[in-house]
Amino acid sequence: MSDKTQVTQKDAPGRREAALLPPVDVIEDASGITLYADLPGVPKDKLQLQVDADSLTIEGEMALGTPQGMAASHAEVALPRYRRVFTLSKELDSEKIAAEFKQGLLTLRIPKAAHAQPRKIEVKVT
Amino acid sequence: MMFQTMFPRDIFAELERLQREVQQPFESGPNIRGFGRGGFPALNVGGTPQTVEVYAFAPGLEPSSLEVNLERGVLTVSGERPESLLASDEKAAVHINERFAGRFRRVVSLPDDVDPDAVTAQYRDGVLHICIKRRESAQPRRIAIQ
Repeated sequence: MSDKTQVTQKDAPGRREAALLPPVDVIEDASGITLYADLPGVPKDKLQLQVDADSLTIEGEMALGTPQGMAASHAEVALPRYRRVFTLSKELDSEKIAAEFKQGLLTLRIPKAAHAQPRKIEVKVT
Repeated sequence: MMFQTMFPRDIFAELERLQREVQQPFESGPNIRGFGRGGFPALNVGGTPQTVEVYAFAPGLEPSSLEVNLERGVLTVSGERPESLLASDEKAAVHINERFAGRFRRVVSLPDDVDPDAVTAQYRDGVLHICIKRRESAQPRRIAIQ
């Protein structure tokens, strides 16, 4: 699709290519956070998840396998890649993130660190 | 966390709106159904001399829940995407909710030369790829001069 215009940018180090922002759902419950991200067109081997200090980066490159010589007449998905960065808070245990990727839907489970799990505090009446 | 992720999105939405406004006067398409942008699933349409290719970006679905119909040159993609936010835990908090959920239907008018009997649909990596062959008789041919 718009691959050709991106090639020049790819060579320049430190410069990031234009990417789509994938839509996400983020739900928090008592034991952690669940993140769902829509990355249609990305095969499993082109998905990259990176946890760096306190940031989580989701990146994916599409591989649609379009036939040769196809001329696009209408494109709502205008770029062949996705990228989104989240800041994790410190009560989340980034070592124990579990990821599942199925039919373009990424499900991430980020548990809370043991010390951050909710505890019931007894109130004593004296 | 919420604000850091929300600000870039708002800028993107704003840019998209601006782009739509700029494009609108030029996009008086001949199609009465138009191509409503921003619907679910997002559609990319392309063509080769032999085929018309439609890509519907509909991630996380069961292939059996998708329905593709072709009737009188109008291609319809419909189905339903379940809500992921139906939390069983009452204490669960939804921080971001951007993904589409519910019933959807999108319609594409195909060119006149397609063959309604030669359609294939494939669902891979969350993209539904529909390939419709053009009719043999509509293919460009070289005519011999006698």
